[in-house]
Amino acid sequence: MTNQSCVKIFNEWDIVAARQLGRNVAKELGFGIVDQARITTAISELARNIYLYAGQGQICIEKLYDGGKSGLKIISIDSGPGISDIRQVMEDGFSTSGGLGAGLPGVKRLMDEFSIDSSPGSGTDIRATKWLR
Amino acid sequence: MRIPILKLHDCLLVSIQWELDDHTALQFQEDLLHKIHETSANGVVIDITSIDFIDSFIAKVLGDVISMSKLMGAKVVITGIQPAVAITLIELGIGLEDVLTALDLEKGLEKLQQELGD
Repeated sequence: MTNQSCVKIFNEWDIVAARQLGRNVAKELGFGIVDQARITTAISELARNIYLYAGQGQICIEKLYDGGKSGLKIISIDSGPGISDIRQVMEDGFSTSGGLGAGLPGVKRLMDEFSIDSSPGSGTDIRATKWLR
Repeated sequence: MRIPILKLHDCLLVSIQWELDDHTALQFQEDLLHKIHETSANGVVIDITSIDFIDSFIAKVLGDVISMSKLMGAKVVITGIQPAVAITLIELGIGLEDVLTALDLEKGLEKLQQELGD
């Protein structure tokens, strides 16, 4: 798909590459400075989660055109250990890594739409969308 | 690349000019503490005017280096937090509550002088 570009996450440098990709696409779509910061931060958190918890995975950035509006979707996919209690990780302040890596609730607040699909042993698939206003 | 740390009287000045990667951030943490030790500085101003986003990792590194500096006897003021950075930090759930901040470098140095009591 031409509307999607991806960065594989293996190490810390890939986190930088993923957020640079996201920022470039956000700029290109015409997002303002604050939304660019929200998108970049959300990508950084999701990429870090992959690096910390799954070891490897990928972040894809997709341009969305829906009727009159356009948006940016972040897709974070890994085949790591998965999350056994999604409700727990969506609580503020929950972390299994001593404060490193993100709060998924934070990512949800930064973006307009957020969905998470995960179960133990089958990895994690997170999608978060920001619409251009 | 390492972040330069400048000495001005009994204070240290740091201006972070580019996007921080994990390695640079951790190196900076170490460099600043060594510099405080070396120069006996009792105050530090870290200016982040050029930083356009802060994620939870960078926020933790900054928060930690402030606590570490405090343990050594130096006060830290963060200056130049951009509107977009303030908005995303709060939405992310990071308040940096106990951190001294000021609008710009000049006000940061003033605040530091007040805090240090002269």
